[in-house]
Order: sequence, then C-alpha cells, then structure tokens
Amino acid sequence: MGEFVVTLLTGLSSAAALFLVASGLSIIFGVTRIVNFAHGSFYMLGAYIGVSAVHAVGGGAIGFWIAILIAAAAVGLIGVAMEVLLLRRIYRAPELFQLIATFGVILVIQDITLWIWGSEDLVGPRAPGFTGAVTILGQRLPEYDLVLIAVSPLVLAGLWLLFNRTRWGTLVRAATLDRQMVSALGVNQRWLFTGVLFLGSALAGLGGAIQLPKGGADLLMDFNIIAAAFVVVVVGGMGSIGGAFLAAMLIGLLQTFGIQIFPNSTLILMFLVMAVVLIFRPWGLLGQPEIPGHGVVEAPEAPLRPADRGLRIVGAAVLAVLLLLPVAHLIVPSLVGDFSLVLVIEIMIFVLFAAALHFIMGPGGMVSFGHAAFFGGGAYAAALLVKFAEAPMEIAFWAAPAGAALLAILFGWFCVRLTGVYFAMLTLAFAQIAWSIVFQWGEVTGGDDGILGTWPSDWASSRIAYYYMTVGFVVAGLLALRRILFAPFGYTLRAGRDSPLRAAAIGIDLKRHQWVAFTISGAFAGLAGALFVYSKGSVFPTAMEIARSFDALLMVLLGGVHSLTGPIVGATALTWLNDLFSELSYWRFLLGATIIGLVLLLPNGLVGLGETGFGRRLGAAPDREVPA
Amino acid sequence: MTASAPRPVLEARDLHTYYGGAHILVDLSFVLNDGEVVVLLGRNGAGKTTTMKSVMGLVRMRAGTVHLEGADITGREPHVIARAGMGYVPEDRRIFGDLTVMENLEVGRQPERPDAPVWTPERLFGMFPNLAEMRTRQAGRMSGGEQQMLTVARTLMGNPRVLLLDEPSEGLAPVIVDQMAATIQALKAEGLSILLSEQNLHFATAVSDRAYIVEKGRIRYEGTMDALADDAEVRNTYLTV
Repeated sequence: MGEFVVTLLTGLSSAAALFLVASGLSIIFGVTRIVNFAHGSFYMLGAYIGVSAVHAVGGGAIGFWIAILIAAAAVGLIGVAMEVLLLRRIYRAPELFQLIATFGVILVIQDITLWIWGSEDLVGPRAPGFTGAVTILGQRLPEYDLVLIAVSPLVLAGLWLLFNRTRWGTLVRAATLDRQMVSALGVNQRWLFTGVLFLGSALAGLGGAIQLPKGGADLLMDFNIIAAAFVVVVVGGMGSIGGAFLAAMLIGLLQTFGIQIFPNSTLILMFLVMAVVLIFRPWGLLGQPEIPGHGVVEAPEAPLRPADRGLRIVGAAVLAVLLLLPVAHLIVPSLVGDFSLVLVIEIMIFVLFAAALHFIMGPGGMVSFGHAAFFGGGAYAAALLVKFAEAPMEIAFWAAPAGAALLAILFGWFCVRLTGVYFAMLTLAFAQIAWSIVFQWGEVTGGDDGILGTWPSDWASSRIAYYYMTVGFVVAGLLALRRILFAPFGYTLRAGRDSPLRAAAIGIDLKRHQWVAFTISGAFAGLAGALFVYSKGSVFPTAMEIARSFDALLMVLLGGVHSLTGPIVGATALTWLNDLFSELSYWRFLLGATIIGLVLLLPNGLVGLGETGFGRRLGAAPDREVPA
Repeated sequence: MTASAPRPVLEARDLHTYYGGAHILVDLSFVLNDGEVVVLLGRNGAGKTTTMKSVMGLVRMRAGTVHLEGADITGREPHVIARAGMGYVPEDRRIFGDLTVMENLEVGRQPERPDAPVWTPERLFGMFPNLAEMRTRQAGRMSGGEQQMLTVARTLMGNPRVLLLDEPSEGLAPVIVDQMAATIQALKAEGLSILLSEQNLHFATAVSDRAYIVEKGRIRYEGTMDALADDAEVRNTYLTV
C-alpha cells in the first residue's frame, strides 16, 4: 500500500515539468498556429540558465526560488526574441514554413548551450528546505517531490485565472478561435503573439528550472522532452490547458508505474496510450476538432504540371552528370575523389526519402513528423533478415520497402483518421514507438549498438557498382512517384487535399486513398532505407530518431512543398550543407543559422526562388489572401 | 440623409483585388456619405464580400485607395482600420463560440471616440434585449438570430464611426430580419454611416438611402433607392435570379 502511494506521488511529481512544457506548447500553438519545435530547447535553456542563476543569486532559502523565476523569465524573453526577430517576419509565409524556422532555432540553441555551458552534464542545485525525505506509510519520498506535486495545480489555477479573468486572456482565447476577426475588431495581434510567446516560453523555462533538483541539466533534454510534450498535448487536446494537465498526470503516472511492471518498455507504453486515446477521442481528452482557420485561406496553388521541355532538359543533364561521374572518377581521381561518390550516393538516398515524404505532404496534404519510422523501418527490416536469416542482399533488399509498407499500413490506419497537426503529431508518436522498440529491444535489434554487417553482394560491392545501383533505384523511384501523381489516383489525392468535403460528395473514399498514399510513401522511404543500410554496412537507432524525421521534413519544406522538384533540390542542398559543415566544430549553429537565413530570404523554398522570376510566366506565383 | 451638402466619410476609389489569378474586383469605386445608409446589391459571387474585406484590410488589394474621414487607410492593417473608426460585421458572423456573450463584447471593446456614439454592454442590451438574458451563455450555443445580434453588438463595442454590414439579413427568420432592419434604422439615427451588402432587395429598400449594384466585381448602377424602384430594367438585368 505504502509503495503504491509513494509511486503514485512520484508519478505526479514527475508530471510537473511535462505539464509546464506541454501547456506552453499548447498556448503558443493555440494563438499562433505554430508548432514550436524549439519548445524542448526552451526547456533545456530553462535548466541551464537556472543552474547559472542559482550560482549568481546564491541558493539560499529565497535565492533558489528567485533564480528559478529568473530562469523562467529569461527563457520567456528568448521566446519573445524568437518571435520578434524571426517568426514575425514570416507569419505571412505558408504555415508549415514557420516549422523550419523553429528547427533552425533548435540547432542554434544546441550549439550555443554547448558553447556556454560545455558538454558535461550539470548537477542541479538542491532546493533549500526541501533536501530531506518524508516517510509516507513506511516509504520514503523526497520532500522536493511534494513541491513539484503542488506546482502543477498552482500553475493550472494561475493560467485559468489569467485566461478567464483578464482582458488579455479573453483576447487570447478569442484569437485562438479566430485571430483575423480579433484584428478586425481593433486588436493588434502582434502584442498578443508576443505576449503568448513570452508566456509559453517562460512556462517551458520554468519546467526546465524547476526539475533541476531532480534531474540537472544536459544537452539531450531538448529532444527528450519534446516527444513526450507532443504526446501530452495531443492526448490532452490541442489548445486545452486542462487537457494538458490531465494528460501530463496520466503520462507521469504511467511512466512511474510502468517502469515497475515493464522496466524496458516505458517509452512504448506512453505512445501506446496516446494511440489508444486518439482512436477513441481523435481530438484528445478535452480537445475540440480542428477548426479550418478563418482567413488563412491560401490562394489555390498552381496545379502540378507534367515536366515541360526546360525541366526535361535539366533532368536529362543532371542524369547525364550522375552517370558520367564515376567515369570522371576513374579518369581524374584527384578531382572527383572516392568521397564525392559517397556523398552523391548519400544525397541520392535522401532525395528518394524526401520525395517519398513529399508525396504525402505536398499532393496529399498530410504532414508527417515521423517519416523516419519508414526509412529506419526499411533499413531494420533488411538488417534483421541479414542478421537472423543471413539473407543475401537480393532478398533482404526487398524486405525493406515491404517491411516499411507493412509498418505504414499499420500506422496509417490510425493516422489517416486525423488531419492537420493532429495527424502530424500522431505520426511523430508512432515513429517514436518504432524508435523505442528498436532502442529498447536490445536482444533482437542490438539496441544502441545497432546491427552490423549489412554489405552488398559481390557484384555490387565496389563503390562504382553500388553507385550505379543507387542511381538506378532512386531515378526509378522518383519517376514512379511522379507517374502515380499524374495518374487518376494522384488527381484524387489532390482533390481530397484541396476539398475533403467535395471529394467525399462525389463519392471518393478519401481516407482509403490517403491510407494507400501513406503506404506507398512508406514503401519508398523504406527503399531509401535499404539503399542506406547497404551503403553504410550497418544500421543504428539513429536511422529512425526524431532528428532524422525532422531532416526529411526540412528537406521538403526547404526545397518547396508545392513543387515536385522541391524535395530533390531541398534534399541535395541540405545533405550537401550537412556534409560541408559536419567537420566544423559548431556545425549545428552554422546549419541552424543557414536555415534561418534561408527562411527569411526565401519564404517559398528554394524552388520558389525560381518561381519568383520565371515562374510568373507560368502563372505559378499566385498572390495569397493575406492572413492579417 | 443630409440632402444639402453630402460629406463623404468613406471613399473607395478604383479598387482591384485578385484571388490568385482571378480578378475579383475590377475598378470598383463607391462613396458613403455622412449619416447615410448605402447598400451594395448583387447576386452571390458578385464581389460584395470581397469589397468589404478589401476596405477593412482583410484582403490585400492590388490597386486602389480607401479613405476614411479623409484619411488614407489604403493597405493598413485591419486593427489600425478598426481603430480609425471602421466597424466590420462579417457575413458569416464569426462570433467566438467558446466565449460567453459578455466576453465576446469585451473582445470588441475599444476606447471612446468623440465623433461616434459610445456603447456599453448595458446600452447594447437595451437595443438587443435577447442578449441581456444570456450574458454568461456560450455564444456557440445561441440561435442564428441571436448570434447575428451579438456580432453587431460586438462590433459596436468598438464605438465605430462607419459600419460595414455584410449581408445582415442572410439566413435569418423573417421576424429577426425585421428586427435587424429596425436596428439599422436605430443606428442610423445615432449618427452612424452604414454600408451594407444585400441580395434581399426588399430588406435593402426598407433601410437604405442609396444603392450600388455590383456584378462581376464592377459597379453597374448607382442611384437612390427611389430611382432603383422605378427602374425595372436594371432590377431585372442585375438582381433577379
């Protein structure tokens, strides 16, 4: 009994940080419609700044708490800086584009944190007056846990008062429902946005600082919390703070009880709960169906066109260069080194991966935050066949797209029931389930050590042979995806994206089409995974981690989601940039800053750069109805 | 209507608005004089709503100018235009469904201005007695007619000088339409200048001084309601379905 009660209390206390981060995420999304990927980074900064603030102020009985509040306020101001310097300039860009900007912020914050505080984990200061333990029914519980248990309801009550008893709160709630109407009533949205960014970021900072006595500060905190925070927000219901509270408590309890029952599967448990909740309540425990935002109607995008002559010539030229590159390598190895071939192979693989994601994102209108599940899923399907059945490449290679497609059939069945940001969050959750299975099920997958020894068959083992094989598969894959989009199936998919109701009214079973598209996309991502696993000779859980999904998303968005060439350009540019920067010490900062710069300069993606000039000739750069 | 020397309070000149490649408003101009009720008449899709949204800054125009009380508000942001004294009541009401009636009014509240009638919730409840009985009701749980009253009341909380009313009679029961007509006349008596858009000629005739007929984004006719009443040909060409 005593053990049960203490476990219960521990669970509730561990939910505090999660609730603070998730409620901040939810508040920011509600008003700005931006999924702030950098929210985990704000949480991490809260912890680091908290440590420094305690050192500066002194960890006395009052000083400790002042330091915590300083950390929260400082992170709030960082959020404001992000809004004023970055987001405010791109509110008029397509909504997804703002995601990229917050990616850039993640990378920049990672390196700034590393630069200021170093790579060593920091031990959190202890809270004066709460360093001991209390005994409850014969079991000991740290006193500080009681503090954490009290924090969540207090913050919840404070937020409730703020949103229901102040004019500012009323305006924020109104803006969450229809921000254009709010501005037509004379409210300057900028101040609302800035205020909301401060509040939401400060909550994340508070979450990071307040957990210091239990958890300290480390450089992995950002990605570690963000997936859990997404789960909480989705389970609780987007935009519902009460829902975030409930969900955080639920997840907190689940983790503490789960660790006793299934010590190796706590991560999976969390995501399974999310999947179950979403099947029965697709909009979360206390959430509401997504409202199609008023006034954010984009001008209809230009229809996809079959490649015109110019594009065909460029395509043929690129293909010719690709085919001739190994020849150049043999003739002038000094100019085209072995490494060039390796880089081009890698670029090709990510081009296929990005094109697969674009297939559902652009024409399908389904934004996946977790496409690494299929890339990595394919890679692991092949690697497992090699490991346990010693399958030759010719067989194992095909297991990758097949395995990824099966995974996509399973995940897709759940995901296509949702739309918009709920769909995106659910894909992320499923990707994390897949990742945590691979990561935690060490006996089969090798866990963190991965699976080694996935080498190509003899005929494809030379660099040049494998290079040609990659080119063959990637070009065939791209052409196949393209062909599908110009088939009736592709038209149906686009019709459903532009108007689900009208598509349904003319007898299209949209969910089924989306499910099929999701599966096709998964299969091609798996094919990219197969090429990847045989080019590296090994696979690790990093093949399906969040960062990998984000990379793919970034490639598609950076290239331009409205164009079929977008993912190709985006993947090439990003892979090349990654390679260029990877040898430098602060490459994340450089990459992040480059991404932010690109977002500010080219709000239509790299391909959009071309559209502004000669695209107008094609009528491809429509004016947008401006969300004010 | 001040017959002697009409003083324009809202002037739109040569508006051009596009959605993508589609040219929605073509060289559209109109004038609203002080104390007048002017109606934009036209069929569905003629460009009435787009005109209102362009004036309000909710849709970006490609060309043209808008002056409010002589001040150029072309291309300003909606909240700036609202604060300059323009009240906008959208066609689809767009009340904040999760907020209570009182909270909806609070969102609309802006400081008083010397040149416009001043509204408080209590004064508005006098004008819309139904709303007074449901101050704490969630706006999303009200009937269509009640929501239409609320959206007008909410805009009045901003103490506007000029009111843009987009299809105020649309989708309302006849008894509510009569109430809306009485409301418009009362607001006119308060000194507000009102631009409304309508498909309902009967309703428009009851409340308006002058009319513009809009078709395919162009002004096709301009005249007093009396003149329009006498011109069967114009009505048949542009208004009958």
